[in-house]
Amino acid sequence: MTDDHHDHHDAPRLADPELRVRALESLLTEKGLVDPAALDAIIDVYETRIGPHNGARVVARAWADPDFRRRLLRNATAAIAELGFAGSQGEHMTVVENTPEVHNMVVCTLCSCYPWPTLGLPPVWYKSPSYRSRAVADPRGVLAEFGVRLPEDVEVRVWDSSAEMRYLVLPLRPPGTEGMDEAALADLVTRDAMIGVDVARAPGPERGG
Amino acid sequence: MNGVHDLGGMHGFPELGYEHDEPVFHHAWERRCFALNFCADALGRWNLDTWRHAVERMDPVEYLRTSYYEHWLHAMETLLIEHGLLTREELEARLGGDSAPAKPAPGQPAPLAASEVEAALFQGEPALRNVERPARFRPGERVRTANIHPAGHTRLPRYARGKLGTVREDRGVHLFPDRRAAGEDEAAERLYNVEFAASELWGEDAAPRDTVRLDLWDSYLEPV
Repeated sequence: MTDDHHDHHDAPRLADPELRVRALESLLTEKGLVDPAALDAIIDVYETRIGPHNGARVVARAWADPDFRRRLLRNATAAIAELGFAGSQGEHMTVVENTPEVHNMVVCTLCSCYPWPTLGLPPVWYKSPSYRSRAVADPRGVLAEFGVRLPEDVEVRVWDSSAEMRYLVLPLRPPGTEGMDEAALADLVTRDAMIGVDVARAPGPERGG
Repeated sequence: MNGVHDLGGMHGFPELGYEHDEPVFHHAWERRCFALNFCADALGRWNLDTWRHAVERMDPVEYLRTSYYEHWLHAMETLLIEHGLLTREELEARLGGDSAPAKPAPGQPAPLAASEVEAALFQGEPALRNVERPARFRPGERVRTANIHPAGHTRLPRYARGKLGTVREDRGVHLFPDRRAAGEDEAAERLYNVEFAASELWGEDAAPRDTVRLDLWDSYLEPV
């Protein structure tokens, strides 16, 4: 090779994504294919309104209201819509309930499918090759990385989101939460518990943000 | 396709790199890229499966080297160009500093208006179809997944091909990604949730009670 171009065995190096996005946004806006106000509206929804606090409300209600829990396990899409959560990447929902015998965990090995209306956009680790490769083959190793160790007689059930069905884990309700209201219960429900890589928090005075 | 995106069961990746209090977006460009993709998809020139396949068609080395939103950016550029809404030359010229205003493509669709965003997001794109497709399998029946290696898009991961499983749910008739990614927007098949013992997928070292569930379309499955 006498020049400084990579030969054809190298992958083409892409330009800086910041520059490419800026170029694309300006071109599409000038062409009339994109309304910049629509971009702002979309960003606002996902940064301020949609996130794991939605899913936490679903779980808290299921813990507090047995009728809602039954509806949620029978038809999750409809029950979740009762709380106003629906739409893109949550068109078809299944809620899977953890029990003393079964621990559920969710992954998408082929891309990064995730229930946006209830959990928001996925964290980087969920989208990483590390999680996607290991969650199906070594779920207990992944759980251990999150500090969760389950006895062998508990079935770890991994849901690989291969279709347009999105999964939300209903974690076990922690002991010592009797009499807590839905808002207090929702504070115990973490994003990771609803993905199934963690358990719900125990109530405690030292709990921080 | 047997692409690098089909990651289930691969070894050698590092620990997860968990980030506490992670922001929704890490960079301003990710924000814009996310929203641009939504608007580009809303133009209606391709479907979600075409889009996923555009990500899968990335150079495999580049796929692993780049981030999630860089995959999105790649898919968006690829599809805009392939569908004639943008040219490679326009993109290169703009990246090179040319600021001459871009012209609309002939017959291009109208953009998603800001006033339509709310409805578009909260309606989404349901995949369930009310069309007749006989149920070949009932919950509880044993099935074997096909040993297929299509060059195009498929949602049957390599780790689950040629494996014995048990049908657990009939999910009704859903849009079928393999044919949809090739442009058949309304291709649909019956979808089943199928349970596999971890030991069937990963061998005898797997924890004896553990299972993996996949949503699989009719043509991925064979009766046992």
